[in-house]
Amino acid sequence: MRDVHVPDGFINAPVSIAAGAVAVAGVGVALRGARRELDDRTAPLAGLTAAFVFAAQMLNFPVASGTSGHLLGGTLAAILVGPYTGVLCVSVVLLMQGLLFADGGLTALGVNITTMALATVLVGYGLFRVLLRVLPKTRAFVAGASFAAAVVSVPAAAVAFTLIYAAGGTTDVSVGKVAAAMIGVHVLIGIGEALITAVTVSSVLAVRPDLVYGARDMIKPLQLRPAGADGSAEPSRA
Amino acid sequence: MNIKRFFVGFLLVSLVLAGVVSYYASSSPDGLEKVAADKGIDSKEKDHSLKDSPLGDYGVKGVGDARLSGGLAGVIGVGVVLLAGGGLFWVMRRREPSSGPSRDAS
Repeated sequence: MRDVHVPDGFINAPVSIAAGAVAVAGVGVALRGARRELDDRTAPLAGLTAAFVFAAQMLNFPVASGTSGHLLGGTLAAILVGPYTGVLCVSVVLLMQGLLFADGGLTALGVNITTMALATVLVGYGLFRVLLRVLPKTRAFVAGASFAAAVVSVPAAAVAFTLIYAAGGTTDVSVGKVAAAMIGVHVLIGIGEALITAVTVSSVLAVRPDLVYGARDMIKPLQLRPAGADGSAEPSRA
Repeated sequence: MNIKRFFVGFLLVSLVLAGVVSYYASSSPDGLEKVAADKGIDSKEKDHSLKDSPLGDYGVKGVGDARLSGGLAGVIGVGVVLLAGGGLFWVMRRREPSSGPSRDAS
């Protein structure tokens, strides 16, 4: 039995609908913003990134006695293909999991998108950009920034869930208890998220640094073309 | 690395993770599920409305062998997500502006 997302019945109908509205608005913004991130090279990469997030989400790793965690993937996807496209990658995964794999309640889809696609990308990618602004622009520091961003993104998703629970949980458990338990275990899961994110970002940086959206400032000097050359042409790659 | 080779490699990694490695994943409840059960916030949980879906619970219905059933479901999932996501992204992509009177006709 593998059921890793918020099911139906945790959150009441009005708050589920409100979360659905937040998710629709967020995905709408992402659909508009992603046009600027996607081109002939990044569109296939984004599809493959979504597929990778799906695969990695199947790999529950043990975090404490009798508890496991799995990748959420928002920070990873945002660093690889851009924040708007990253939101769409995770949303596609959540939609397919809900529709085909009976994972994540259909009435909870808005909750799941809000917590695992929007909150992770906002917090994770936001932190990643802030860190890169102050850190040296080397591969090692990009990997370090992706680790730190991913660590924080998972408890951020837990906080988002707790807020939604506080607004519309169907049970009377105290919000403080839910917050403490959710944030506690998700700090641990965040370490796994961070390891997977940093290893994946480092691997892509090692072979094709030009394909890492979040590190594109870092490699820009390599793309300088002589003045007068056809500026719109892609440099050929062997 | 050639970009096509990179894409093929990236896909193969996902297929191996979902198709093979997933069998060895922890079967303990995940953080949310565990907290929900421990604290009792799941007492009004409802069954998934599509729980009898042919791929429900990440297995292919009718395939008895757990390793094969789960692996197959994972591979199907990777393919479906790649097609749905990749298709969406391909349609949305910014078309490269044509590079003008280029001599390169190929």
